Amino acid sequence: MKFSEIKNHLAGYTVGIAGAGGLGSNCAVALARSGIGHLIIADHDIIDIGNLNRQYYFIDQVGMKKTEALKENIRRINPDTRIDIYNTELTRDNIPVIFRDCDIIVEAFDQSEMKEMLAETILSVWPERPLIIGSGLAGYGKTNKLKERTIGNTLIACGDEESETSDDLPPMAPRVGIVANMQANAVVEILMKMKDHENYT
Amino acid sequence: MKITLNNRPEEFIKDEITVSEMLNIKRFTYKMRIVKINGKLIKRDEYDNAIIRDGDNVQMLYLMSGG
Repeated sequence: MKFSEIKNHLAGYTVGIAGAGGLGSNCAVALARSGIGHLIIADHDIIDIGNLNRQYYFIDQVGMKKTEALKENIRRINPDTRIDIYNTELTRDNIPVIFRDCDIIVEAFDQSEMKEMLAETILSVWPERPLIIGSGLAGYGKTNKLKERTIGNTLIACGDEESETSDDLPPMAPRVGIVANMQANAVVEILMKMKDHENYT
Repeated sequence: MKITLNNRPEEFIKDEITVSEMLNIKRFTYKMRIVKINGKLIKRDEYDNAIIRDGDNVQMLYLMSGG
């Protein structure tokens, strides 16, 4: 299939991105470049200089809200992608509202507690809606440990499922970027299997 | 009983165990995770009551910090 045909297909879909840090910012950019029609991005954080080692922001954006900076950066890459942003902390109560219209959701948090909260909420509210989780991306090297695992039909985990970030095992651009792009790749693959706005089976 | 755990066969002495018991027996210590029994999500507050029986398909995913 030609890229123009892929892009036309992807233009009809909405992807939710929970978190605009290392995973979310890089995944969102890859999806916008691919031609996804509509992104819904939620994060309540502000860009810190330390984020620039892996997150898709620029030095002059330090201090800005991540959602607003990411919307601007994506607009400069592909203005055809519609971006809705929510500057709010995601909770069990607002997740079902914010991501209601999404065909697929990307989990892009940093903290494991938040990952579990989001996964429990999404899988309870919409058991069949595709959810792409990032789990295990700390440090550098060990590229072959990074993998995609599908659980059931619609839950996909990207990462090594074992490394955890710490002072001695920091998240860095290469490995975080690989996992973020694995998530984007999984989104594209699932959406390309969907017929126009039919549910994923 | 025999179950499938993450696509591999597993055997337990008891006829049925709770999710909490399975996590202890298997020494699954990392704290954040997703557990599914036969495709159904088992939430953290259900671990003590959710029963795993012979033939069940149990799937578990660790959620590691970092992003």
